Amino acid sequence: MRYIPCSESDRKALLGSMGLTSIEQLFAGIPENLRLRRLLNIPSALSEPELLDYFQKAASENAEDYASFLGAGVYRHFIPVVVDSLISRSEFYTAYTPYQAEVSQGTLQAIFEFQTYITQLTGQEVANASLYDGSTAVTEAVLMARRVTRRKKFLVARTVHPEYRAVMATYSRNLGIEIQTIDYLPTGRIDVSQLDKALDDTVAGIVIQTPNFFGTIEDTVAASSLAAKHGALSIVNVCEALSMGILRAPSEADIVTGEAQSLGVPMSYGGPHVGFLATHEKLVRQMPGRLVGMGVDQEGRRAFVLTLATREQHIRRERATSNICTNQSLCALMATIYLATLGPRGLRDACEQNIRKTDYAVAQIQSRTPHKVLFPSPRFNEFVLQFKSGGPGLIQRLLQKNIVPGFPLGRAYPELGDAVLVCVTETTTRRQIDALVEGLK
Amino acid sequence: MSRVRQHFNLNEQLLFEIGSAGRRAYDLPPLDTDSRPLEEIVDRGLLRDSVEGMPELSEVEVVRHFTRLSTWNYHIDLGLYPLGSCTMKHNPKVNETVTRLPGFANAHPYMPPNLVQGVLGVQASLEACLREISGMDAVTLQPAAGAHGELTGILMIRAYHEAQGNPRRRVLVPDSAHGTNPASVAISGYIVEAIRSNANGMVDVQALRGLMADDVAAVMITNPNTLGIFESEIAAIAEIVHSNGALLYMDGANLNAMLGITRPGDFGVDVLHINLHKTFTTPHGGGGPGAGPVAVKKILEPYLPYPVLTRAQDGALFYETDRPESIGKIKAYTGHFGMHVRALCYILANGPEGLKETTEVAVLNANYIRSRLQGVYALPYKSPTLHEVVFSDKNQDKRGVSVWDIGKRLIDYGFHPPTTSFPLIVSGAIMIEPTETESRDELDAFIAAMLAVAQEAETNPELVKSAPHNARIRRVDEAAAARRPVLRWKG
Repeated sequence: MRYIPCSESDRKALLGSMGLTSIEQLFAGIPENLRLRRLLNIPSALSEPELLDYFQKAASENAEDYASFLGAGVYRHFIPVVVDSLISRSEFYTAYTPYQAEVSQGTLQAIFEFQTYITQLTGQEVANASLYDGSTAVTEAVLMARRVTRRKKFLVARTVHPEYRAVMATYSRNLGIEIQTIDYLPTGRIDVSQLDKALDDTVAGIVIQTPNFFGTIEDTVAASSLAAKHGALSIVNVCEALSMGILRAPSEADIVTGEAQSLGVPMSYGGPHVGFLATHEKLVRQMPGRLVGMGVDQEGRRAFVLTLATREQHIRRERATSNICTNQSLCALMATIYLATLGPRGLRDACEQNIRKTDYAVAQIQSRTPHKVLFPSPRFNEFVLQFKSGGPGLIQRLLQKNIVPGFPLGRAYPELGDAVLVCVTETTTRRQIDALVEGLK
Repeated sequence: MSRVRQHFNLNEQLLFEIGSAGRRAYDLPPLDTDSRPLEEIVDRGLLRDSVEGMPELSEVEVVRHFTRLSTWNYHIDLGLYPLGSCTMKHNPKVNETVTRLPGFANAHPYMPPNLVQGVLGVQASLEACLREISGMDAVTLQPAAGAHGELTGILMIRAYHEAQGNPRRRVLVPDSAHGTNPASVAISGYIVEAIRSNANGMVDVQALRGLMADDVAAVMITNPNTLGIFESEIAAIAEIVHSNGALLYMDGANLNAMLGITRPGDFGVDVLHINLHKTFTTPHGGGGPGAGPVAVKKILEPYLPYPVLTRAQDGALFYETDRPESIGKIKAYTGHFGMHVRALCYILANGPEGLKETTEVAVLNANYIRSRLQGVYALPYKSPTLHEVVFSDKNQDKRGVSVWDIGKRLIDYGFHPPTTSFPLIVSGAIMIEPTETESRDELDAFIAAMLAVAQEAETNPELVKSAPHNARIRRVDEAAAARRPVLRWKG
């Protein structure tokens, strides 16, 4: 096997040095009746050229030449070439978790920079080293709010990503956490008066998303201040992290979570991506996940180190703030490099193109097709398209023209029928938008 | 030399300290659509002027910054990582190449299934390989990491018991287990109880029998355990667990010790999580992303997290969401697909003979290290070990040299430290797992370094206690960093 540098003569020498004659002797501790006395029934080994063929063929079975208007939590943005070039350095991608600070300063400093960028984008004071993804990040925020408030009830907007709410439900079920959903208004925004009515002193936290699942930008200040009146924490979730480059930062929220895939991470059929969680300094000891701190070494030089580990499972075991043992270091590094490359002006340019092109698509659909765009509130790069009639047939016809018009909303929002969520980013060309509009006529 | 300021490549500043207004590394094609003024589209009150504190950098600066940082990392392409329980093996380059194929990297999780059959085919093939390797009946690829897999597995156990009418209360976990085990049990709503290990470093079967009762939902073992010892009484353990109506969970962190040799499904395990970033060589990435698929026996299949990869009558693959008994979703979408591609690529590169050889050489290498260091380093448990070996710092501690110091001194010899102070049942544990991808020369160099450090602990303990001396930095004052945490750059 080409990944194993131990030749037959090496084997003999190593065994001989131990007074053994066969490798089999080393497995004497495994009872005979538990041994597998046949080869595994998996495909025979492939050479490298065969592997490349195999995967090239599999990759080519996925549609690539489609104009895709899919977003819904996973976004196609332009990723500068330097991102993949730098994360492909094996110093980064083949390194272990940076527990040994003296030989991990590269990873540690990069994570510290990630943490700093996330605080800048979210308007919060501290951010962790990342979590699995947005869905588990917002769920960890719910568990954190439960620890902080010692209350168990949460009010969650229906416009939070449906898959995120599903994950939240799975984690919550056995911990006595009660989740009540809050509806949206015809504006596309959360029903603040319903939220107000539902809030009382038993509520641990509220969870809202901006831009919400319909692409609508929420007024997070109003919701957060209502929560604060009752001692509940406000959790603001952001699936489309790029939007933070131009939208007002939710600095009034107690916890901001989300998904940073938009910041330079490939869509990769939904993962690996990178979740983030940011909060106030006073809540730092209730945070889940790794944290990198800045300190000094014995000679007084600046040095970075994993810190506040007494919150974590390898020290605290069943009393840890979370069972999480990893972060998404390499994906967090992608986001860090992406943000360094864009800088404030590039970020602004990208955000403006998302907003302007989306606005163009909305205007074109409204003026040139019989279909409706729902919800008048401002949006970032997504909108809900409701077909006048015959949605499914129309979608099929668009697919035949190599256009994926968007994410069907009916499953999560039956009241929206066959409406689809359409996403337009800076990578969407006018030609693609016009083709979609043409196909919708 | 001392009067000359060191070049930045030895002292790279933070991103936020470099750059200059007006520099840029990014551009887009000009806007190709008509557009209204921005304020007409989005109310001004919802917008921010800029992101305060973000640096403006050129491409050269970005490249140099991260390249410089990268040179401060130890990594597997540089040399052996003796980290026990972490299975730091070579990451084949072809895995990276195939994962970046545009058909994979650009696939959107909400593409209609007929447009992503290639993606689903990879996932189906990986599931099939993992079923066979583990001897289990069904697999979910959804969990993002090992601890996430543990949570998934325990939630499935809970769903199973609930379906029998009683979720039960306790989960028993050996005292040698990874910290994630009890943490995952706790957030599944169960009470954790420790099972003590016996003098051979294995689960004390009598103690287990004593703890068993009808409120025990599961026993969570690691096999081979964290001492690298195969639980030779595993069949008896499974019998005790099952006769009480409980289920047997296995932490698959050490699966690299049994590929093609023995299978958890054949020794009574009901649920198993598999760390693709260990056994199946997806890169550690400096701490993630990992992937933690869960394999289960037939009785647990109804409870798999949805969606479940399914083959339609016409042979096409799709994700079934209609799973009424499912524990629910545990992560958005269908898992870390990028890691699934790498793991499958590794399995296919090996084939059945290659995987078996992997385990054989991993065990050979670990035993070689054991035989060469035994005596100089104390061996607390004498039972035969498989892919890793746990020593203690007992001999060196007499000179005031701890396992922590030994690890730091190894850095001066060009090695990453081993896993230290774990498992908790060994005081001053030194846990070493070389893996199969180290040559005899690399093993000998590591052994020589370990022996040299032991010698120094005798003759010059202060040298070891003040190590490292040749690293980029000296030891970090971790207590001070935790007392007054600085977690972001404030300028």
